[in-house]
Amino acid sequence: MSSMSVSLPRPQPWVLPSRGVVGMCCLIAAESAIFTIFVIAYLFYIGKSVTGPQPENVLRVPIFFTVCLLSSSATIHIAVRQLHDGKERMFALWWLLTLILGALFLGGTALEWRRLIYDEGLTISTNLFGTTYYSLVGLHAFHVTVGLIALTSVAAFTALRLIKREHAGRLHVLSMYWHFVDAVWVVVFTVVYLIGR
Amino acid sequence: MSPTNIFAPVSTPAHAIFGISMFMLVVTGAIFVVVFSLLVYAAVKFREKREDNGREPAQVYGSTQVELAWTVIPVLIVVVLFLAAARVIASIQNAAAPPNAISVTVVGHQYWWEYRYRDLNVFTANELHVPVSDPAHPTPTFLTLLSADTDHSFWVPRLAGKTDLIPNHPNHMWIDPHETGLFLGQCSQYCGVQHAKMLLRVYVQTRVEFDQWIEQQRKQGAAVVSLGRRVFESTACINCHTVAGTVANGRFGPDLTHLMSRDTIASGSVANTHENLRRWIRDPSVFKQGCLMPAMGLSDAQMDAVTEYMETLR
Amino acid sequence: MSTGLIAWDTATPARAPLVETLHEWVTTVDHKRLGIMYVLYGLVLLMAGGVEATIMRIQLIRPLNHFVSPQVFNRMFTMHGTTMIFFVAMPMVFGFATYLVPLMIGARDMAFPRLNAFSFWMTAFGGLLLYSSFIGGDGLYGAGNAPDVGWFAYAPLTSRTFSVGHSTDFWTLSLLVSSVGSIGTAVNIIATVICMRCPGMTLGKMPLFAWLNIVMAGVAILAVSPLSAAQLMLMVDRYLGGHFFDTQAGGSAVMWMHFFWVFGHPEVYVLVIPAFAFASEIIPVFSRKAIFGYPVMVAATIGIGFISMSVWAHHMFTVGMPSNGNTFFVLSTMAIAVPTGIKIFNWLGTMWGGKIQFKTPMLFCVAFLFQFLIAGLTGVMLAVAPFNWQVSASYFVIAHFHYVIVGGILFNIFGAFYYWFPKVTGRMYDERLGQLHFWLFVIGFHVTFTLMHIPGILGMPRRIYTYEPGRGWDAWNLLVSIGAFIQALGILVFVGNLAWSYFRGKLAGSDPWDAWTLEWSISSPPPDYNFATIPEVRSRRPLWDLKHPEDPDWKYE
Repeated sequence: MSSMSVSLPRPQPWVLPSRGVVGMCCLIAAESAIFTIFVIAYLFYIGKSVTGPQPENVLRVPIFFTVCLLSSSATIHIAVRQLHDGKERMFALWWLLTLILGALFLGGTALEWRRLIYDEGLTISTNLFGTTYYSLVGLHAFHVTVGLIALTSVAAFTALRLIKREHAGRLHVLSMYWHFVDAVWVVVFTVVYLIGR
Repeated sequence: MSPTNIFAPVSTPAHAIFGISMFMLVVTGAIFVVVFSLLVYAAVKFREKREDNGREPAQVYGSTQVELAWTVIPVLIVVVLFLAAARVIASIQNAAAPPNAISVTVVGHQYWWEYRYRDLNVFTANELHVPVSDPAHPTPTFLTLLSADTDHSFWVPRLAGKTDLIPNHPNHMWIDPHETGLFLGQCSQYCGVQHAKMLLRVYVQTRVEFDQWIEQQRKQGAAVVSLGRRVFESTACINCHTVAGTVANGRFGPDLTHLMSRDTIASGSVANTHENLRRWIRDPSVFKQGCLMPAMGLSDAQMDAVTEYMETLR
Repeated sequence: MSTGLIAWDTATPARAPLVETLHEWVTTVDHKRLGIMYVLYGLVLLMAGGVEATIMRIQLIRPLNHFVSPQVFNRMFTMHGTTMIFFVAMPMVFGFATYLVPLMIGARDMAFPRLNAFSFWMTAFGGLLLYSSFIGGDGLYGAGNAPDVGWFAYAPLTSRTFSVGHSTDFWTLSLLVSSVGSIGTAVNIIATVICMRCPGMTLGKMPLFAWLNIVMAGVAILAVSPLSAAQLMLMVDRYLGGHFFDTQAGGSAVMWMHFFWVFGHPEVYVLVIPAFAFASEIIPVFSRKAIFGYPVMVAATIGIGFISMSVWAHHMFTVGMPSNGNTFFVLSTMAIAVPTGIKIFNWLGTMWGGKIQFKTPMLFCVAFLFQFLIAGLTGVMLAVAPFNWQVSASYFVIAHFHYVIVGGILFNIFGAFYYWFPKVTGRMYDERLGQLHFWLFVIGFHVTFTLMHIPGILGMPRRIYTYEPGRGWDAWNLLVSIGAFIQALGILVFVGNLAWSYFRGKLAGSDPWDAWTLEWSISSPPPDYNFATIPEVRSRRPLWDLKHPEDPDWKYE
């Protein structure tokens, strides 16, 4: 093989995409496919519940918590930029803010579910609306939870002063996951609270 | 000659399918012969010979013309086949029922067929009777397909392609057999343990015979007083079965009002004889292990009485 | 001509204790070892699936037979299908990809070695979970026995009402678990091919094997996920009182079918595209010519990948879709025949003008060409919806898809076994036993699966544990069953050959086939690190360029 390279003209530097970014894009594609199926089921079953509470009667549009989640996309983006520029303290602050906003969103979902279950009598087994609603919103909340666990782990490493500038690439990959979770919420929000009501 | 041969059609849908199948066989057959011959030729003609002595053949990397040719020709073939198929799909699926069509609702159960001739007030099971249809003045039978439990499929090959019976999803199909006779088929969508024994029997009769059959099915049998009837009515039989004119009005199992007018029991899998009937009632799992009719644990005397009672249901 | 790399002496002087060896294999993240484990796992489960098939064929050898009960038969066809698709074919194609892709692109491992190991073990565990269902036995209501709902598990048969006990849950959970592994490996393959090619290997210069596996991985990611989603919905129905497929509450049984086949059809392309990859490496080498029409092969494969996501409802022609829906899927299904046919023609074009050597790998790949031609044509027939209305869910369809999966995919897998066996083990297999395997298997295959089309034409549905005499099916079923035994013999010869040759085969050297891709430039078996120096390439066949400096590929590409 070495005899080969001698006869070649020196090529441009051989640069290929980052493994983390490609891997995360693939994961996002797979998860998008899963969410698509749940969204299709939700859309197909709109208006088909034979009995039980109907969306227009019991759903309240979660504007505040949606704003929390979507702004956490902005804050995580800023956090990673700060780390990329070497500003570790600012990174920690913005990262913490992201964590808080995400946790607020999850808390908001929990509050809404408590109201729906105890005040409105809507559970996953009540009717088609209950089944599709809790499944879709629950699947999203699960992904938020996984994201929050990852964010918390990073926060812990930050507190132990283990996160350095060179980790910005990996945190960028993690932030891609977080952006994906937010993008899914845009779709879920539209389908559940706008189209479906 | 197989009684379930898809290439022995006696009804318009089956004929239409036969027609396009022949066309499709010719086209695919021609493709097969051409490509097969080329493959055989290549495998034989371009074998390595001893004289080659390790010399490599000319390296050919591709050819745009050839690629174009063997792209365009298949596309044309696809277009032709597609158009032919589309025509037949429309002719079968979009056919409207003429006013004199017979209409039957078919309800699939684990593991038997329920037939309800609503307009004619006839309710029966497992053996479907339809009138023969004269191509000049067609009298087709339109079937509405429903299911009481899981998915089933109605497939009588000589009459039509199959259509599924899916709960909460009514389907429709039609047949217009041009010949009288008995046509066989069976359930073709796996529906559970005894899917294999959910057989189909379609009796195509002359108009006169069909009208007679309808008359007979509409009649309520003479009231019988017997030990057998008492056993039948005091055991759980009446929860699943209907016998018109008695307290038995269950819908879970077949309607037994005219049981003896049927050639078979256990949805076509066993001949309707005294011995078989008795064995079936005693313990259905002897013929159809896993079917949903339980053995009622009757004594021998009770068995004889009930069987005798069943045999009065003409 | 030696490529001058260090040849490691792979015969270790002292054997490590068994515990140490096992520990190494269980904790390995080396793509080569994981690849071997994937393939061996698939091979073992091929035996299990074969036993299940044999039991069915004995039961069906004559009408109204009593070899096994209907309950057992229904478990057999469910386990046979589930095993062969998820725990034989998928592990095997993933295993070959895992082993070979890094070698062919000049890399030292895959992009994510730990994900690689995790994916393998998830798949392996899924299979164990599925087979543990047999131990459940016939408890109350049959709770805990093997699933018997068919490999596509149509609703509402899978609801708690009609599937009492846990047998369906074994199906659902084992596949959910192994799907994590499938998606993990698919992600790994894509990241490896995109991010770890050696210098000079642009996408246009990598072996077709790499291209086809990256397309396969993309389809896998988009196809397996819908199945997981549907299975989660099924679990919600069965355990949380959900109504996704609960027809009594307004749910739709047809929706399960859509979701399943959105997975199920692309899945068969996940299996067949790697099989195409094997053929695309083996046929050129044994014809002594470059693959004909490389760019067209790439384009056709990508086309197949895309179109495969749009044909799924051709499995549902009989469920009562409106005529427009049926017509659309006729068109999309026929459309996919075009790029597939193009590939057959390109392999033919590769053989044309070549100097064909009919060694065992080539025997299997040439048989693949004939058989896949037939399979494709019966596929075109099945695309004609009216014909489909007759033979859907009949033995004609079973014959068609076994023609593809056995006659197409498995034959290519056999070819791949024989072709790369010297590379993986360092030894040659026995050529005469290889030929014996081929002839036994090809004869058995045709007796079974060519004849099997006929009972379908004569009206025999699938998934029936017995059949009535007098329908004209008896003689054909007898012959089909006999063919199964002949194939079983072939498999025994195959496994025997592999085992014997592993210990006693002739030493192979690094390049026994005089081939042209990078894996043949290193020792057999390869060293742990694959390449001492990362190679640089200039064409699609770097070893051809080395062996033919007067006529290198890069002058013509």
